[in-house]
Amino acid sequence: MTWEVVIGLECHVQLGTLSKLFSPSPTEFGGAPNSHTDPPVLGLPGALPVLNERAIDLAVTLGLAVGATIRRRSRFARKHYFYPDLPKGYQISQYDEPLCEGGQIAGVRLTRIHVEEDAGKNLHHAGSPISLVDLNRAGVPLVEVVSEPDIRSAEEAAEYMRTLRQLVRWLGISDGNMEEGSLRCDANVSLRRVGEAAYGTRAELKNINSFKFVQKAIEFEIARQAAILDAGGKVVQETRLWDAERGSSHAMRSKEQAHDYRYFPDPDLPPLVVGEARIAELQRGLPELPSAMRERFVRQHGLFEADARGLTDERALALYFDAAVRAHGDGKKIANWVQSELLRELHRDGRTIDECPVAPERLAELVRLIDDGTISGKIAKEVFAKMYASGDSARVIVEREGLLQVTDSAAIEAACRAAVAANPKQAQQFRAGKAAMMGFFVGQVMKATGGKANPQLVNELLQRVLEEP
Amino acid sequence: MSGDLYWKSAVELAAMVRDKQISARELTQLHLARIAVLDGQLGAYLLVDEAGALGQADVVDQAIARGEDAGPMGGVPVALKDLFCTRGLATTAGSKILEGWVPPYDGTAVARLRQAGAIVLGKLNMDEFAMGSSNENAPYRPCRNPWDLERVPGGSSGGSAVAVAAGLAATSLGTDTGGSIRQPASLCGVSGLRPTYGRVSRYGVVAFASSLDQVGPFGRTVEDIALTLEVIGGHDPHDSTSIPSAVPRYRDGLTEGVAGLRLGIPDEYFIDGMDPEVEATVRAAIDELRRAGAEVKRISLPHTKYAVGCYYLVATAEAASNLARYDGVRYGLRVEGKNLAEMYAETRGHGFGPEVKRRIMLGTYVLRSGYYDAYYKKAQKVRALIRQDFTNAFKEVDAVVTPASPTAAFKIGEKVADPLSMYLADIFTISCNLAGLPGLVVPAGFTRARLPIGLQILGPPLGEPTLLRVGAAYQWLTDWHVQHPGGVA
Repeated sequence: MTWEVVIGLECHVQLGTLSKLFSPSPTEFGGAPNSHTDPPVLGLPGALPVLNERAIDLAVTLGLAVGATIRRRSRFARKHYFYPDLPKGYQISQYDEPLCEGGQIAGVRLTRIHVEEDAGKNLHHAGSPISLVDLNRAGVPLVEVVSEPDIRSAEEAAEYMRTLRQLVRWLGISDGNMEEGSLRCDANVSLRRVGEAAYGTRAELKNINSFKFVQKAIEFEIARQAAILDAGGKVVQETRLWDAERGSSHAMRSKEQAHDYRYFPDPDLPPLVVGEARIAELQRGLPELPSAMRERFVRQHGLFEADARGLTDERALALYFDAAVRAHGDGKKIANWVQSELLRELHRDGRTIDECPVAPERLAELVRLIDDGTISGKIAKEVFAKMYASGDSARVIVEREGLLQVTDSAAIEAACRAAVAANPKQAQQFRAGKAAMMGFFVGQVMKATGGKANPQLVNELLQRVLEEP
Repeated sequence: MSGDLYWKSAVELAAMVRDKQISARELTQLHLARIAVLDGQLGAYLLVDEAGALGQADVVDQAIARGEDAGPMGGVPVALKDLFCTRGLATTAGSKILEGWVPPYDGTAVARLRQAGAIVLGKLNMDEFAMGSSNENAPYRPCRNPWDLERVPGGSSGGSAVAVAAGLAATSLGTDTGGSIRQPASLCGVSGLRPTYGRVSRYGVVAFASSLDQVGPFGRTVEDIALTLEVIGGHDPHDSTSIPSAVPRYRDGLTEGVAGLRLGIPDEYFIDGMDPEVEATVRAAIDELRRAGAEVKRISLPHTKYAVGCYYLVATAEAASNLARYDGVRYGLRVEGKNLAEMYAETRGHGFGPEVKRRIMLGTYVLRSGYYDAYYKKAQKVRALIRQDFTNAFKEVDAVVTPASPTAAFKIGEKVADPLSMYLADIFTISCNLAGLPGLVVPAGFTRARLPIGLQILGPPLGEPTLLRVGAAYQWLTDWHVQHPGGVA
């Protein structure tokens, strides 16, 4: 039986504010357990929440970037359940009046985006009867991004996650790190017969903490459900935890799943009102989005889709590339340099593009020196390495080290004749038809000229010299 | 002299300390001694902080010795309902579930009192988590009415009313969610004010019902109420429901009198079956005000009959939510169990008293999925109607005058078996909380059995100046407020 898979993703993104959503304690990752706390975070008697408006700015920014409708008036709601990492016995979230509705990511429609506070962490040590509670994470601002069940494959789900991650990093609202928990994903997966309109029973997958596992966990679930349905059974609606080590999932005890959250509007917080002027300002502040920049690179700079994709993976890299092209003019040439020499050097010493010692304009200058024949392409690579190491400009290095390309035909011709004369055997082989000997002679001439001879001229003149009887 | 000292107003005491007629230390010691003698039988205090109080007194005395300003309440002995978080001083909210808990912070109202030089003598008895109208939901010790030790002081701020009524503090702070300042003030023969919702910060006040709770002062004079409100009131960035409006000098305008003020008497508050002594006393008080120049007119607040039902849906829902945090994990009582669920059940089962449990269960039920629309949401709509009644009334009148309680103090144990009849005792005070309005109670007379009866004055939002003006005028005309319970002279 061929089944159609229906997937919806619920993602939580930690917002990169300095303070927590409802209190001034720091959101900084790490720190001694329970050191980033205060009365509201601890849920002490008498404590009250006070909204961190910056979190709302970041949430609205995301909403605008995905084309969602921003509710001018939304409400915070209390979501109740008992668990040691939830200090107040309720989470301040949003229920029937979320901040954003609609929008899309990677072609997948969104239901909503809302703001809520994170819970703390429970630490269970295997074999110990004790659990430890660390509330450093409690109160950190999150946005919950809920997609419509539009996703139709595990690959599509992974692509959605990648796009979401890229976007939140691009906008500077989160570092979107699945391993560290600043980006989390729960998947709702169900199967139905192809062509059927009704949805099948879905299972919720939790504890997926890397991109790799997004695809794997969903694939596993699809296979699991298909096996049940193929055998004539029924899929149970349940929550399943992904076990990365085993590469499988298991059901959580169903008792843990029966939750009546008893939502009601939080009486300690006034309605969240977002004014027109604020929305307009946040809209103005939106950077050119990754998809737009990618399209522009293809259109304006003549790049291939794949290269444009690679160059728009991170905003800082895209901005670097854009600046370099503006300074130089030829997108393909610059793309080549950025993707090969530049990224290799950065990768080698573990630096980010922001830490790159070669400014985009300097890179552009280097490429121009090749364009106008001042240096050869080969020498340029050496020059680049020296630029990277010293921070000096190409021009300064070329002049200082005398790396100007040799274009004097007479000099090159002389070098060619010398090389041919010094290697009669190889000359004989070439004349006898071994075309590969050209490479040998080019090498000899390059050695003699310290690599500075213009390769095109070398080839031309060697050809001529070797053809002489 | 010292006999009179316990009955002096906060304003007078502050002046005496400022003028060096008495040191803050001596004044504090005298009050501590009086508490030691009398409070055994009254049960107003859950905790007396002798060392802390004397320390604060010394700070005041040193400031005065240096010629500095010790604050508008410098040296004034005050006490706080045990619902207020006090840094370093145990705070129980009148419950076993917080036994021994010491807050790491002062609530805002407390901090402002301290900054004004007030001397905090200790923490006062109350109904557990502010739930009750008689101070009988009190697991630590009983609290008795100083006018008749067999009777209740009212609640939930019973201890706060008793301390002021018995001269064990000059002023005190309580909270009023459904009448918990005004009703005990009426039953104990003192003045008490519930300010407009948001006028005083709720930060550091153990929450009962977030949209209804408000902090307010008790005092023996309206002037003391005004002084305390000036000190504790005003915007607080820690409380998102706190009103940004400036705090006027409430002590100004107290001598303006009531000539020309329009007072509304609501039909729905003078019902058949009302205690005839209460009705007679309140009507006499209204006549007194009329003779002093107030215009008195009948008004109607037609949705009054829904107020108690509405309140017990909203308040219990919010309470069930606010009390979810008492789970034995981070602070307070923990009773260990075989597993998490058992720990929760044992801790909350042992830690909460029966009335608190009753309200948590009610509130949880009210918020159940599928019932939210029918109960909580519906109650909020009724609340809007009750608020509208008052808005309409305040187009015709400047203040509304009513009884504060349908009866004078009842006997301890009389209503405990009938929670519903206890709930109905809130009938006169509860609408004010639902509408977010301010309400002042001043002593207005006594029953034949010498039990106090209070007069309630309700005003529009931020109408405290009008209330204080009416209350002060009434205290100018009468001497109910300077009478003190015989057994504690």
